[in-house]
Amino acid sequence: MIMGLIKPTSGDIKLFDSSLAQNRNEIMRKIGCIIEKPDFYTYLTAHENLRLFARAHQLQYTEQQYKDLYELVGLSGREKGKVKTYSHGMKQRLGLAQALLHAPEIIILDEPNTGLDPQGIIDLRQLITKLNAERGMTVLFSSHILSEVQEICTSMIVINKGKTIAQGSVADLLSSESLHVHLEVVQVDKCKLALNQSEWKDLYQMDPNKSVDHFTLKMSKREIPLLIRYLTAQDIDIVGIDYRNQLEEYFLKITHS
Amino acid sequence: MKEFIAIFKNELYKTAKRPRTYIGFGVILFICLTLQAAFYNDGKEILSFFTNQIDNLFNVHGNVLNGNLICFLLLQTLIVQMPLLVALVTGDSVSGETASGTIRFLLATPASRSKIILAKWLSGLCYTLLLLGLLGFMALVVSKWIFGSGDLMALNSEALTIIRGDDINWRWAAAFVIAFLSLAVVASLGQMISCFIDNSITPIVSVMAIIIIFTIIGMFDLPSFDLIRPLLFTTHMISWKSLFEDPIPFSDIYFSCIVLIIHIVAFLSISIFYFNRKDILT
Repeated sequence: MIMGLIKPTSGDIKLFDSSLAQNRNEIMRKIGCIIEKPDFYTYLTAHENLRLFARAHQLQYTEQQYKDLYELVGLSGREKGKVKTYSHGMKQRLGLAQALLHAPEIIILDEPNTGLDPQGIIDLRQLITKLNAERGMTVLFSSHILSEVQEICTSMIVINKGKTIAQGSVADLLSSESLHVHLEVVQVDKCKLALNQSEWKDLYQMDPNKSVDHFTLKMSKREIPLLIRYLTAQDIDIVGIDYRNQLEEYFLKITHS
Repeated sequence: MKEFIAIFKNELYKTAKRPRTYIGFGVILFICLTLQAAFYNDGKEILSFFTNQIDNLFNVHGNVLNGNLICFLLLQTLIVQMPLLVALVTGDSVSGETASGTIRFLLATPASRSKIILAKWLSGLCYTLLLLGLLGFMALVVSKWIFGSGDLMALNSEALTIIRGDDINWRWAAAFVIAFLSLAVVASLGQMISCFIDNSITPIVSVMAIIIIFTIIGMFDLPSFDLIRPLLFTTHMISWKSLFEDPIPFSDIYFSCIVLIIHIVAFLSISIFYFNRKDILT
């Protein structure tokens, strides 16, 4: 709706203190976007695609500026290739280059991780953080991959069935949230005894979904090192410890309630 | 205005870079050259078959098989295929972008939807003009170069008209203007359907289906069709041939031009109106 792909049935969108309906042209100059999957003219090269976009924005880009942009998104040396020869990850990088081309104030990234390989996801995450830190760009990041949201975003809005059910800084919203920590030990009985004598005695249970040497504890992230230290001091060998993403827990809690 | 020129240039660039664009040019070159070669080899025999029938009425002197006659025959033949070639490009102009998702690329620019449609429409007209220009060059200039110039013996459905060679060039110019208007209607229709459909093929097929249906309705001289026949754009697409009659029915030609222009404006207006309200969900 912000990009004008879908018309609102009622109401208006305000960006940069002005109405999108009335000042679309001005607002669009300040917004860059990747909507789900970046689509380009496959019979053109990446460079030709970007030149089309630059012309539509009436930008006078030098070849050096294009080179810098390719460098930034990791497409250097491949910009003269036709887009039809590009992998999904490369298209995603080109999408980012397109979104950044006109130096927008806000970038809208709708599911930008879709189809990316693990390295691509890490690169994208680093790039987003860099753009925010070095260029002061606001990134509107929409995703179902909540671990990524937690890693990248400073503020968030949770929308469920079209309604906002949570809004605020990620740190604030998650500060009071406890984790489900999964613990795997060698000495199960000894661990059970140690936990019964600890501050977590009412907060653990044997993991019903796994084998008998697994415990699940409800605790905050800060308490994990304390738990490890405590069990080690009791001569209990810890085989593994992990926890489900905090935002996932939070999301499930608020959407189910 | 600068913004519009920028997106118009983009549209021209995209049209020039698409392989599909060159199918039309290839078809025209192939048909013209093939028919010219055939007329060069067998034209005199074919022509004598027709002139034998009038030899006992008239004395035919000079070069009847000349560039003007070849151009007249080529135009009559190719006017059937030209709408398909135009629809191949314009019928895909919006729907192709919707299907491939690049419509989002376009809408992420500051240009308004109306300007995008206008730029696409103008670019389609430029393509049509180039196509027609090539046809004109091949059919008239190349034919005159191969077969020489001379009087045109134009055989219409009702009469045989001889048009003097020194009175023909303005008729060709006017005929190409009317042919351009006719093809502009096809281009505008293709783009209009393209706004409604989200795949590439349906608008192209739909344009051809509409032309075939309208042409069939126009062919039958039935009283039921009398009311609608003058309103069908296909009825007026062949009005260029009236320029080769004697006397020229100027009022009919003007009427045809007006009907064609009304169709162009209507199709374009519907395109802009609909596209401005269309949700892009692909």
